[in-house]
Amino acid sequence: MNTAAKPSILPRNLSTHIILSLFLLAAVMPLIGTLLTSFKDPTDLAASPFALPREWHFENYEKAWSQARFGDYFVNSIVVVVAVVGISVFLTVLSGYAMGLLKFRGKALINIMILVGLMVPFEAVIIPLWGLMRDLKLYNTIWSLILPQVALSFSFGTFWMQAYFKGVPGDIVDAAVIDGCTSWSMLWRVLFPMAQPSILSMVVLLFIWTWNEFLLVLVMIQKDSLRTLPVGLASLQGRFSTDLSLVAAATVIVTVPTLIVYFIFQRQFISGMISGALRG
Amino acid sequence: MVSLTFFREFTMDISANPARPSLVGRLRAAVEVKPLNLKPYEKSWLGYVYLAPGLLIYLVFIFIPILNTFRLSFHNWTGFTEPVFNGLDNYIELAGNQRFWSALFNNFFFVIFFTIIPILIGLFITSLLTRTHISGLTAYRVGLFIPQVMSTVAVGIIWRWMLNPRFGPLNVMLRSIGLEALARPWLGDFTWAPYAVGAIGAWVGYGFTMVLFVAGVQSINPELYDVARVFGANPWQEFRYVTLPGLRRQIVVAFVIRFIAAMRIFDLVYVTTEGGPGGITRVVSYELWQNAFQVNKAGYAAAMAVVLTTIILLVSFITLRIQARLAYDED
Repeated sequence: MNTAAKPSILPRNLSTHIILSLFLLAAVMPLIGTLLTSFKDPTDLAASPFALPREWHFENYEKAWSQARFGDYFVNSIVVVVAVVGISVFLTVLSGYAMGLLKFRGKALINIMILVGLMVPFEAVIIPLWGLMRDLKLYNTIWSLILPQVALSFSFGTFWMQAYFKGVPGDIVDAAVIDGCTSWSMLWRVLFPMAQPSILSMVVLLFIWTWNEFLLVLVMIQKDSLRTLPVGLASLQGRFSTDLSLVAAATVIVTVPTLIVYFIFQRQFISGMISGALRG
Repeated sequence: MVSLTFFREFTMDISANPARPSLVGRLRAAVEVKPLNLKPYEKSWLGYVYLAPGLLIYLVFIFIPILNTFRLSFHNWTGFTEPVFNGLDNYIELAGNQRFWSALFNNFFFVIFFTIIPILIGLFITSLLTRTHISGLTAYRVGLFIPQVMSTVAVGIIWRWMLNPRFGPLNVMLRSIGLEALARPWLGDFTWAPYAVGAIGAWVGYGFTMVLFVAGVQSINPELYDVARVFGANPWQEFRYVTLPGLRRQIVVAFVIRFIAAMRIFDLVYVTTEGGPGGITRVVSYELWQNAFQVNKAGYAAAMAVVLTTIILLVSFITLRIQARLAYDED
């Protein structure tokens, strides 16, 4: 049976592998080419795009990092992402707990209000938000990036954490109550540690979405020194579009942190994206 | 949509359980669970306290601005002066504006590339994977999903390099195989620019649909495939009668998500073509951004946002309703 089946199965598997590999290659080749370009100097560009650099030029990174201010953009991106993710996790653990386990009046209405934030595109927020930020004197400050992204994360995170808290077995809650836990200590001592896997997935998703946010930063930030990486990259492209290697090095700087987070937490990210999508 | 999800889970629950407990039994179980939720620590004000800080930030920075967008769409507003009510003027201007219509048309054109093509590629790959066991599937999945994590700005710039007239791999390859005549500045070409931007969208999209569908196939009951084979179904019939119905929910979700992506294209056009050449890759979000923040027609731009939002909500809602209807009919 085995020997008879093998020859007929092997080619079919092989062709599937070939097709999958082609799509995989198509997904990663542009990135690899960009990485190679980032180490080349202008004279080397004319050679084959996917050839290794004749000499490895790390100057492109130096130039992007200091002259083109990508070091500053990098710090801004880190500050915004850490603040947004940190504040959002705290707020959505609270709100998810309230929505998932506590009983109070008006919950359905609040749920719908929060859902609006998930369904309405950000384009329908940005125009009045711009006016609001100027009125609050927050325009052109880091807060004009942090607060709206916390608010966006709040609607996603509340649904995410609410789903988790709804699934908490009633026995655990009962046991904690019998042990004399207040609702606050039960949340942080019992439920929060249990929620780690769910929170981790959310953190990974929020990290990547916040890191990549573009329109908000483009509208709110005029000062070059406050830009985050994606907007810095877009403006570099506008000014130095002929210096392909410099732009490539900057692109790598923007992309690598998200890729590192992705490779470490790929399972959380992929399953998070998929379950998040199906839940919507 | 929440109730819809619940409804779906409820119906799936029934179909998943062949024994089908009696309705009375189900109702009793539901009633019996209820008292468990009423815990002594539950003081009703506590819920509001836990919700308040996040909800406040959400209301101020998302929810109220959404309402204001709607309000401002009926005003003449430069973004700096007091808004002056002007009724439906913004919408009338929108309806008569050729630029807006061409932008909207382009968004729908991009649905082919951002939405339809990735779904077709995803289904094709998935159909290959249902009949055979593929080793190393995780590695493929991790690689194929990479474009999902990248900033769209980075994606756009990487593709500017791929499509660069002189140094880009595409033109270099065309020249090296003697098709010099086909090489062109793709993103600046009056015929090809929309297809080039579309191709980038398809590139971003197919990893997502593939991973979504492959995960979906794994939840299809393998017995259905066995049955199909016993009845001598060919690969097409197996795909048509087992895989496709089993993936209906995933397909609908992929359609909605990728449709919204096509309607909201901004970053990609901003870095690759800026709507050019000659406005042939202009999209609604880009028009909106220009009107609101470049030429001080914020009220007019708000009307554009309202139209865009309406289209997105309407299409999402109708698609999900159709899918719920189909699921209902089947049970």
